[in-house]
Amino acid sequence: MGAQLRVYKRRIKAVTATKKITKAMEMIAASRIVKAQRRVAASTPYASELTRAVTAVATGSNTRHPLTTEVEKPTRAAVLLVTSDRGLAGGYSSNAIKAAEQLTTRLRGEGREVVHYIIGRKGVGYYSFRERPVAGSWTGFTDNPTYADAKMVADPLIEAVLKDTAEGGVDELYIVSTEFVSMMTQTPVDKRLLPLTLEKADAEDGAKDKILPLFEFEPSDEAVLDALLPRYVESRVYNALLQAAASEHAARRRAMKSATDNAEELIKSFTRLANAARQADITQEISEIVGGASALADATAGSDR
Amino acid sequence: MAAELHVELVAADRSVWSGEATLVIARTTSGDIGVMPGHQPLLGVLESGPVTIRTTGGGTVVAAVHGGFLSFADDKLSLLAEIAELADEIDVTRAERALERAKADADAAAERRADVRLRAAAGPH
Repeated sequence: MGAQLRVYKRRIKAVTATKKITKAMEMIAASRIVKAQRRVAASTPYASELTRAVTAVATGSNTRHPLTTEVEKPTRAAVLLVTSDRGLAGGYSSNAIKAAEQLTTRLRGEGREVVHYIIGRKGVGYYSFRERPVAGSWTGFTDNPTYADAKMVADPLIEAVLKDTAEGGVDELYIVSTEFVSMMTQTPVDKRLLPLTLEKADAEDGAKDKILPLFEFEPSDEAVLDALLPRYVESRVYNALLQAAASEHAARRRAMKSATDNAEELIKSFTRLANAARQADITQEISEIVGGASALADATAGSDR
Repeated sequence: MAAELHVELVAADRSVWSGEATLVIARTTSGDIGVMPGHQPLLGVLESGPVTIRTTGGGTVVAAVHGGFLSFADDKLSLLAEIAELADEIDVTRAERALERAKADADAAAERRADVRLRAAAGPH
């Protein structure tokens, strides 16, 4: 076998192995998207009931709560960035990071100090490589977040918002995560989570003009609000995590699909090249044999004479 | 037909139980509360505790609920809980083990959770 042919054969083998891996990853990601979407759907009843309850309390009482009160001149904002733990998901993590950078620039432009909180190893790596300070980071659950994870993330954030700005607390909380629009589209979005805008919660509940009933609060409206709002934030964070997980899998599936397609292309072109090389080898061998035979024939003809 | 109320028992990550009931007993921070059809709109903070639902069919559903809310309006009752388990989903031996472990660690919250689970699993009371 010719040297050229051997090289092509080896490369085809290598690409085929890679293709097998990317194909497997694509299929795993595809099955996980469905699972992640199911989890998003399963968490919806809780989220919508909670939104309803928060709206009810907000409209049914005049209680002020630090989580709903707008600060007149916000000086410090927390940004929670949701990225993935693992790579090979196309632009998933870098798009989210880019969106966070834009938000940070905007907030800085408005005269706010920005405190970063990060979920996912990719985001943590990005910030630690640039030696930027990070107030808090969590890793290890981005592809399958549980409610306990969301709680773990939300608790210090709520604490930071409740704390006085002078003592290192923050006035606002933003969350940058990737929204799952469809299998093909996932867009990074930034949302302000706190202070809570209740008009928005109203709008989310649907455009029904139903007047909410006057609730009796047990034990008191302050206590209910105190307990309700942190749960609401947790549920929002949970929802963002679940959407991000679904987006991550979708992004990975798409990246792996194009990798598989590219591998196929490569195999095809290498096969063509290998065929040409083999054909060239054969042609060369034939011409060598023919040449050798005629040389021999010439030689014998000469000795006969 | 007797009046009934629609109950939705929802945990953070799933819907646990939903159906019609005649009476729901839950534990709020200020004590046990029973809700029957026609109750005044109510929003309460739940404690860790068993929730008893008497269904219209005469059956009883018991669930262990850890933290959350109850909201009632228009004969619709929503029980929102971070964690909620139906009595027959509870693994008794596991809860017992958790109770022992919590006692050994003197972890009051975990002890209470395990205790609530066990009491819910033991059935209506």
